[in-house]
Amino acid sequence: MKHLLDMGHLDAMQIHHLLDLTDHMVEINQRPMPKVPALRGKTVVNLFFEDSTRTRTSFDTAARRLSADVMNFAVSSSSVNKGESLRDTIETITAMGVDAFVVRHASSGAPHQITQWTTASIVNAGDGWHQHPTQALLDCYTIRTRLNRTTGFDGLHIAIVGDIKHSRVARSDVQAFNALGARVTLVAPPTLLPPDISTWPVEVSHDLDGLIGSLDVLYLLRMQRERMRDALVPSLREYTTLYGLTPARAARLQEHALVMHPGPMNRGVEMAVDPAELPGSTVLHQVANGVAVRMAVLFELLGSGGEMTADTAADSPDPSQAGPRS
Amino acid sequence: MAAQGARQVMSSDDVRRAITRIGHEIVERNHGTDGVVLVGLQRGGVWIAQQLQASLARIDGVGEVPLGALDVSFYRDDVGIRPIVPGSVTDLPGTLDGANVVLVDDVLFTGRTVRAALDALGDHGRPRTVQLAVIVDRGHRELPIRPDYVGKNLPTSRHETVVVTAAGVELA
Repeated sequence: MKHLLDMGHLDAMQIHHLLDLTDHMVEINQRPMPKVPALRGKTVVNLFFEDSTRTRTSFDTAARRLSADVMNFAVSSSSVNKGESLRDTIETITAMGVDAFVVRHASSGAPHQITQWTTASIVNAGDGWHQHPTQALLDCYTIRTRLNRTTGFDGLHIAIVGDIKHSRVARSDVQAFNALGARVTLVAPPTLLPPDISTWPVEVSHDLDGLIGSLDVLYLLRMQRERMRDALVPSLREYTTLYGLTPARAARLQEHALVMHPGPMNRGVEMAVDPAELPGSTVLHQVANGVAVRMAVLFELLGSGGEMTADTAADSPDPSQAGPRS
Repeated sequence: MAAQGARQVMSSDDVRRAITRIGHEIVERNHGTDGVVLVGLQRGGVWIAQQLQASLARIDGVGEVPLGALDVSFYRDDVGIRPIVPGSVTDLPGTLDGANVVLVDDVLFTGRTVRAALDALGDHGRPRTVQLAVIVDRGHRELPIRPDYVGKNLPTSRHETVVVTAAGVELA
């Protein structure tokens, strides 16, 4: 794998391979000294054209734990403000000798466009409303470990609730959950659903109360205030009444059900209960798993040294696989 | 499971006897099993370390020595050169400070896996000694590394493949 741009590019086998790799990274992160020399001498550039403290910090930590050198390229202090084009920025940094760019951009497709201008690997850290693949991978890893689903999500019912239309997280999550075999239901007011929803591999509902008792995973999206300005939702209070996780709804969740949120949360809006009091809340697990998943992605792109094939991705326990090593 | 043209060089009984003999040598060298920790290298060394643990329990009769598994993928010096597929996750029995660690692997070839394993161990503590047990030493070392316990010295060419399982050792 050369780039990670779009969850739609990965099949179930490749997703499982990255999640298996994440198990190793979790073990490293639990050590007293959580650092391995795997990516010594590799340079990773964090190129964030949109504010994001948590995702950038997560990638930064991941790269450092693998001993890569990290450059953080803050757009506010860069030549972009002097009118340098995206292409010139990429070509200039590439000339310094870079192995990977981690890119966040407000325009959908920007990371894909950048692959045309550099030989380095590109990791999409969120582009417009389009994709956020590492978020989807860490969500899959969280479900896999919390619900003990190492082989796939067959039979799991996952509802994604909220502003689907403007959410790159929802787009990536739907593809990933679907690839792993889960049943996905989107719950949102019609104004917050994308126009092409009929082509997505999902069911659609406007009735959270009707299905909350049967869910294995309740995935809440952030309700952004600017949607009020655009009159897509009448009021935050009405949104909470219809689509928020209220104490009454939390009481109807199955005992094993997970409550997930990509952060940052709007307490009192989509999350109208204290997540610390929900046994199924995974919010902080998601953050911790984010570092491990991003380590797995960076190692796969920069360290594994070969194309991922059916042969190398198979997690065969056959000891004869180890024969020709030193 | 025999590959085309594979030649059996050790039978399953030979492998079992080699493991038992190595067990005796470990007890002799360490004056018992106090402080001994067996660490199998993922993946080929793990089952051998398990059998050695059982063998040591029979020989010394004071119970099982601690057993761990070590994945060295992230310590290799050929990261980025060849495909690296991690085995199972590293799982060590607590700190290795002061232990007499016996690294266990199936085949000793260039020595690069063992070098990576020494680096990896260093991140988990400071063993008093580190010893190396292998079923087959096939030569062609690229680093100054030698085994302490060997099942069989097997002359090979670089292009051959050595497969060690409980069913025996094959050269193809």
